[in-house]
Amino acid sequence: MDNAIEANALGKRYRRRWALADCTLTVPAGQVAGLVGPNGAGKTTLLELAVGLLRPTTGTVTVRQRTGFVAQGAPVYADLSVADHLRMGQRLSARWDAGLAWGRVNEAGLDPRQRAGRLSGGQRAQLALTLAVARRPELLVLDEPAANLDPLARRDFLDSVTRAVAASGEGMTVVFSSHLVADLERTCGYLILLAGGQVRLAGPVDALLAADNHARSLDDLVVTYLREVPR
Amino acid sequence: MIWLAWRQARAQTLIALTAVLGVAIVAFVDGRTSTMLRMWLSVLVIVVPGLLGAFWGAPLVAAELESGSFRLAWTQDVSRVRWLALRLAVSGLAGMAVAGLLSWVVTWWAGPLDRAGLDQFGSFDSRDIVPAGYAAFAFALGVLCGVQLRRTVPAMAVTLAGFTAARVAFRLLARPVLLPPVSAALALDPATTGYGSSGFLPLAPPPGLQPAAPDLPNAWVTSIGIVNGKGDGLTGSVLAGNCPGIGRGGGGGIVNPFANGSGHVSAPPGVADTMHACVARIAATYHELVTYQPASRYWPLQWEELAVFVVAALLFAVACAWRVRRIG
Repeated sequence: MDNAIEANALGKRYRRRWALADCTLTVPAGQVAGLVGPNGAGKTTLLELAVGLLRPTTGTVTVRQRTGFVAQGAPVYADLSVADHLRMGQRLSARWDAGLAWGRVNEAGLDPRQRAGRLSGGQRAQLALTLAVARRPELLVLDEPAANLDPLARRDFLDSVTRAVAASGEGMTVVFSSHLVADLERTCGYLILLAGGQVRLAGPVDALLAADNHARSLDDLVVTYLREVPR
Repeated sequence: MIWLAWRQARAQTLIALTAVLGVAIVAFVDGRTSTMLRMWLSVLVIVVPGLLGAFWGAPLVAAELESGSFRLAWTQDVSRVRWLALRLAVSGLAGMAVAGLLSWVVTWWAGPLDRAGLDQFGSFDSRDIVPAGYAAFAFALGVLCGVQLRRTVPAMAVTLAGFTAARVAFRLLARPVLLPPVSAALALDPATTGYGSSGFLPLAPPPGLQPAAPDLPNAWVTSIGIVNGKGDGLTGSVLAGNCPGIGRGGGGGIVNPFANGSGHVSAPPGVADTMHACVARIAATYHELVTYQPASRYWPLQWEELAVFVVAALLFAVACAWRVRRIG
């Protein structure tokens, strides 16, 4: 099986602090992978290195697939309308599925003329996800997409992701980060646990649970490993 | 990508063009005779490029870095350099168009007064094509400050300060020698040569002989000196030797340039005769040396200054691209 992401001894230093150190990991293609870890674990750094927003200080990261990315906080252009964002996506993407984009906008109940700065957090996340998904990516990277959303919007958003994966039909790889294990439990088949700038655990969720006879749930498993991280 | 660059520049460009139209209407309605309006319009043409640099240039990248929208723009299928190049080109050309159009309106409006003034270099900075070059320069400087500081408000402040410093430095140091000045030797005329100093007190040069300004309409006189055949300047000791007691008689007193109608004070006849004889003695070996840019240099200097500022803007743009590639 191909790997969607391969990181080899990847490290990123900001001034004197290492946000990510000696990180070696692979994300198999076709998986929905959850990247968990406490705040400041290096999740955003790892994902931004993968999509090319950051340059590694050490090591390499390789992504061979066409990528769609939703950054932390789902940034959009406050002055541009929803429709403007779709036009932007069309013009800035080599591949663009306008039907999919407009379908998702209608489904999410977004007013095309609404300025993006006036959208609610949930609506903005849906718009950002639409922009990423309509690129027809083989790899979808979502950085804390559900953070700052109320429980209902969070559930809607995660369901949207699940539907987008199902609709892609081409075995789209998804990597999304969260500090809430509950977000991942419903959607992920693969788990990467990041803490203190290093990978603590990685593998298919089923295999990880089976290998650890003490863990009754994903939550237990994550907490057990986090307790071992030196502070 | 051109679409996005224009979409992001559209509102500000239309606002600025509307403002230029408003200025044109006000000026047109007011007639073309008010020297006060001429001064304010000239100030506007001088100030606008700096404002374009601060309000269009500085936020161009810095606001995207602050809001996080660069994470959206830079993860599409358009490279950062291409993204930057098109945003710079669209907003920069729009800024040049705004400044150029404003300058064109003001140049047309002030034409009769400018021609009557016979001092085309006096309004060099606020007429014709150089304002468009200043706009390009200020805009690119603003973008570069934004890229470097990564915050809009400090970048705006640094842009304004840097642009002002660059303009003043260029005006004082570069423009006078952009084309080699022409010099003319004139006889020292005892009838029109006075004695004194001009300038504000702490900076005023020591008093000396003051020949009358040469009659060179529309030329830009950059210096007036008194030299002998060998090219040596008139020293204080030579002056004192030929004119004992100069500066100690009853002269004209200090002329206050801000007082109305007191530009000239006649000296007593005896003093004037002494002065006349003194200047005549010096004129036997010394003459007046004027260096200046002839009136015909106006357009060559406009083009050269435009070129210098546009080339500097392009260099800033290259520096921006180099820095933007390395962000992260």
